[in-house]
Amino acid sequence: MALQDYRDIIHRCFRCGYCKFPTNHIEANNCPAYARFRLESYSAGGRLWLIRAWMNNEIECSERLARIVFACTACRNCVERCPYRFSDEIVNMIVAAKNEMVDRGLVRSTIRNFLENVKKYGNPYGEPRETRGKWADGIGIPRYNGQEFLYYVGCVGSYDTRAVKAAKALGQLLLEAGVSFGVLGADEDCDGNEVNKLGEEALFEMLAQRNIEQFKRLGVTKVITLSPHSYNAIKNDYPKLDGQFEVVHATDLLRDLIKSGKLDVSGGVDATVTYQDPCFLGRWNKEYDAPRDVLRAIPGVKLVEMERNKSAALCCGGGGGNFGTDFLGGGEESPARIRIREACATGADILATACPICLTMFQDALKTEGLEAKLAVKDVSEIVAEACVSKKASTTD
Amino acid sequence: MDSVRESLAEIVGQDYVSTEPEELYIYSRDLGTTEPHQADYVVAPKTAQEVQAIVKLANEKKIPVVPLGGGVSLTGIVVPLRGGIVLDLKRMDRILEVNERARYVVVEAGVSQGKLAGYLEKHHRNLIHSEPGAPPQATIGGNVVIHGQGDLALYGFNSDMVGAFEVVLPTGELCKIGSCSLSPYWFSRPPLPELGGLFLGWLGATGIITKLALKLYPRKRKRDVEIFVVEDAALVPDVAYKITHLEMAEDIVAWSQELPPLYRGLHNINIVFSGDSEKELDFKREVICEDTLGAYVRGGDGGFLDLQPEMKGRILGRPQIDRSTADIKKGGGFEYVGAIIPVDCYPECWREGVEIAGRYDIAYTLLGRIIGKCHAMMFSWTYAFNRADPESVGQARQALHESDELILKLGGVPWKPGVHAQKLILDTMEPNTLRLMMKIKEALDPNGIMNPGNWEVQ
Amino acid sequence: MFELAFDERKCSQCKTVDCLTKCQYMDIDKGAAKSEMMKLIRGEDSFVLHECVTCYACEEYCPTGNHPFYLIVVRQEEKNILPLPRPITRQALQMGEPWRGDLEIKEVKEPVISMGVFASLKYLIKGKLFEDVSLLSANTRTMFHLFCQLMYLHCARISVINERLPRIIENIAKHNVEEVIFFHDECYGTFASYAPAFGIDVPFKPVHFFEFLYNRLSDLKSEIRPLGLKVAYQRPCSSRLSPDKLHFVDDIFNLIGVESVEREYVGEKALCCATTIKGQVKEGSRRRAKEIQQRNIQDMVDAGAQLCVFNCPACMGTLAELVAKNGMMPIFMSDLCRIALGEEPATRRS
Repeated sequence: MALQDYRDIIHRCFRCGYCKFPTNHIEANNCPAYARFRLESYSAGGRLWLIRAWMNNEIECSERLARIVFACTACRNCVERCPYRFSDEIVNMIVAAKNEMVDRGLVRSTIRNFLENVKKYGNPYGEPRETRGKWADGIGIPRYNGQEFLYYVGCVGSYDTRAVKAAKALGQLLLEAGVSFGVLGADEDCDGNEVNKLGEEALFEMLAQRNIEQFKRLGVTKVITLSPHSYNAIKNDYPKLDGQFEVVHATDLLRDLIKSGKLDVSGGVDATVTYQDPCFLGRWNKEYDAPRDVLRAIPGVKLVEMERNKSAALCCGGGGGNFGTDFLGGGEESPARIRIREACATGADILATACPICLTMFQDALKTEGLEAKLAVKDVSEIVAEACVSKKASTTD
Repeated sequence: MDSVRESLAEIVGQDYVSTEPEELYIYSRDLGTTEPHQADYVVAPKTAQEVQAIVKLANEKKIPVVPLGGGVSLTGIVVPLRGGIVLDLKRMDRILEVNERARYVVVEAGVSQGKLAGYLEKHHRNLIHSEPGAPPQATIGGNVVIHGQGDLALYGFNSDMVGAFEVVLPTGELCKIGSCSLSPYWFSRPPLPELGGLFLGWLGATGIITKLALKLYPRKRKRDVEIFVVEDAALVPDVAYKITHLEMAEDIVAWSQELPPLYRGLHNINIVFSGDSEKELDFKREVICEDTLGAYVRGGDGGFLDLQPEMKGRILGRPQIDRSTADIKKGGGFEYVGAIIPVDCYPECWREGVEIAGRYDIAYTLLGRIIGKCHAMMFSWTYAFNRADPESVGQARQALHESDELILKLGGVPWKPGVHAQKLILDTMEPNTLRLMMKIKEALDPNGIMNPGNWEVQ
Repeated sequence: MFELAFDERKCSQCKTVDCLTKCQYMDIDKGAAKSEMMKLIRGEDSFVLHECVTCYACEEYCPTGNHPFYLIVVRQEEKNILPLPRPITRQALQMGEPWRGDLEIKEVKEPVISMGVFASLKYLIKGKLFEDVSLLSANTRTMFHLFCQLMYLHCARISVINERLPRIIENIAKHNVEEVIFFHDECYGTFASYAPAFGIDVPFKPVHFFEFLYNRLSDLKSEIRPLGLKVAYQRPCSSRLSPDKLHFVDDIFNLIGVESVEREYVGEKALCCATTIKGQVKEGSRRRAKEIQQRNIQDMVDAGAQLCVFNCPACMGTLAELVAKNGMMPIFMSDLCRIALGEEPATRRS
């Protein structure tokens, strides 16, 4: 929907401030942009008032306004918390504002570059398409050729130096469990979720339609995603463009594989683990249990919760393209750093994630906080892989 | 290059100062009907020392300073009437100490109501604070400074629940008020000469409270509510008087709304009570409902609502927000005028309130919260408006002004008064009192920088 | 104006005066019953008008279907004997005023279930039992346009029911339906018992919710897994208006393999949830309501019930906590049926 279409509801925000709080009200900074900047303009309510002021020509669309609007990571805490009936539309309104700004060319170069890279190279990093599948080199990951599942990796999992390790771990687990799957390698294109939340509707549609066409052509019916962002796009947005696929997030499948014995995790992992609910798995898609079930199934793992967990989780600050544009970085109160400190406060040895964006954001924040000695950041797949006792190994004895 | 901006940035860091149009836009406004006044600087300090430095700078440059907590008081008292620096105190959000035995908590003034409630629930399960009927982003400091009241109103105003505190004077000194000025404990201001009165209720015109001790109360295991409904407004003060005599209820709120139709013309009296056991609750319920109010039921003059668990949850839930009022005109706005007024004035407050609302074509929303043992009542007249419709905003503003005038006519005092109501108060006030107020203000704030435009005589 | 179709001769010829002698809340012998009934017929004051707790049961007790309860309420209103305090009565009447927009007449395909004023419970209408069902009154904003009004029998306000009911019927009829299944037992009673008693025309056939459930369960018989549980049934006041449909309760229980425990307060002797009694003006009503509720629940416990099955959401709202505190699970009949079909009952959306 265009920004003008929201004229009828955008004025209904009272700026009561609920949007800043998690569901348990334990802190007043659960909006990641507000956590970072602590000025009213950066909260969801402030952002809506400013967007409305812009629509009414009371303020101009300046670079700062663009920064404020694009600082929204689409984490959905505001939707979760807002007590009013129009709350479902909050993120949509902000995305519509982003859309309007992109259309008018009123965005910073970081955003423009992000989007142009996706368009040209199929990833926001500007890395060549040809290297997209390189993470899978040498570990026997099959190309997709009609198997039961397409293993869709996504941009971050394919290119980010930290996240590729999670991509590998998941791939190896799927091989170990004998799952019939394949990857698209260099033919994989961006799923478009971040592009969508950045307001570039046209580009998103183009990407989605290309992917849908490709999947259909190859006979894909089931998809496993590494990233909850891909999961969200394929599950919730692709059907509107006639792309109906059965999609599961990695943690859901891992839970089944462990339960059915196809993955033997008896090797265990002796550690206290706390879990970060990724926004696109948690608040967006209401999946809070599968990753916890996976972790609890591993002998030796002691699962502890941060004070803000499940629907109250604080976003890592990487969504809305922020993992690339870094609008929320550069300060002690950047959400990723706050979260690392909170994870440490639980006494955990490991902060587990189920999203490659969370993974890379937290890995960086861990370093900046200087807490590498106290805490490790790992993807759920990596933890499962550590615990995994390979059936294949025993046959080589 | 704006040297003031530079100096402010040196104090709080570049990230926490702004002179950008976006921040100035937001901080020039509050959520009610008050016209915006342009702020010049927005600053978000983290410590009392930073606040001191800012205030000293402001004194030097004669720039107004307007302290801001949650910004949900709605009467425009955080709008910078003469421009200047808006001081967003919400970064000062640390909970410093809980003394369980003396039942107090020491917090920085910017701690939100939500955060304190959540913290106590998690870490000190036998203590609660009196939570105002405001969104969780309201701050502890802001609420006491405006003499707020909460859901333990039967123990008094929230400002009655302040122990010792720390304040930055308009001239920049950091001053400790009460026991904390000579002892490690923050529990009390008596028996020292009462200095709290120099700062509580002054709307920031005499200084900025940076830390305070808030008295806490026992949290019982269970909390329950009964709603008693009457048609005759004159019965409300009687019911309140009888229930307060029992000393069993911790919150009594009488409310009356035109919409939805089910409430029209009726007075619902929420009676909240708590206990550690079913036995205690049942006993209180029996004494309240059967022994004390039973006669009204038998006479057919009043009755108890049959409350489904869901409705009870909504009344007793913390934090509380009235979800409907702000959106009644699908307009994202409401503002109310509050009076601190004798309980016996309820029927007149109600009658006139219905009349005013009718004239402005706004559905009436009226409420009276009993404070102390019927020592006072906070009565509010709420007017919803459509933020996108200037005429609607104007209508609400007029209705609010009329309500302010009504309060004085009835012998009450406007609560957290905006500029319009302040003028009515100051015009009506006895001259010696007025002079004393101005003397204090001048002594503490010789340069007149603290929230100027408030508590001022022309 | 609609008049109650009441036949004096039936009462004067009545040998048993069951309506009053069987009353569970008044102690009346046959002699007194006869004379008090005559007073009611003649329009005179009677202690019955003051003591009646509005449990509806005498509608069932009357062997000739002469509507003694409706007569009592007519007389209560005539004499301004209100069982409930005036503000409560007023609030109840005002609650029924629709105010949030007009009713949109949408096209519905039968079978259609009307939720009455329980639009917020539409989450119950899911699963195999309801696959092809359309809903009427599923919108909380406009549901009062389809509110049956019958609860005002507790308020001595026949006049309000009769004033509003024709419009309600018209609103339902506008949907061009031949048959309407009513989720709430009281709605069914309105159209199957009250309307005919007052000569109000009902241009559609009301279907009892449990009859619908039973028929559907029969169709899905092969998919039922007998639950093997012991249950108690909470019979609502409005069920007294449709005693001919009471058998469906046991029919359903038999189909889904649950045992209705042998207890005292079943069938004709069922105890109402006492919600309305609790608020009545009569001295001691609160205590009385509590005692009735405790007696009812204890009866279930003593008989070994594991679940308490509810028909009416008002009963459920009042008694669910007490049921649970006494170690039984409160559950709606339709949800119990869904479990028997291997389905997880829909949870409430927060």
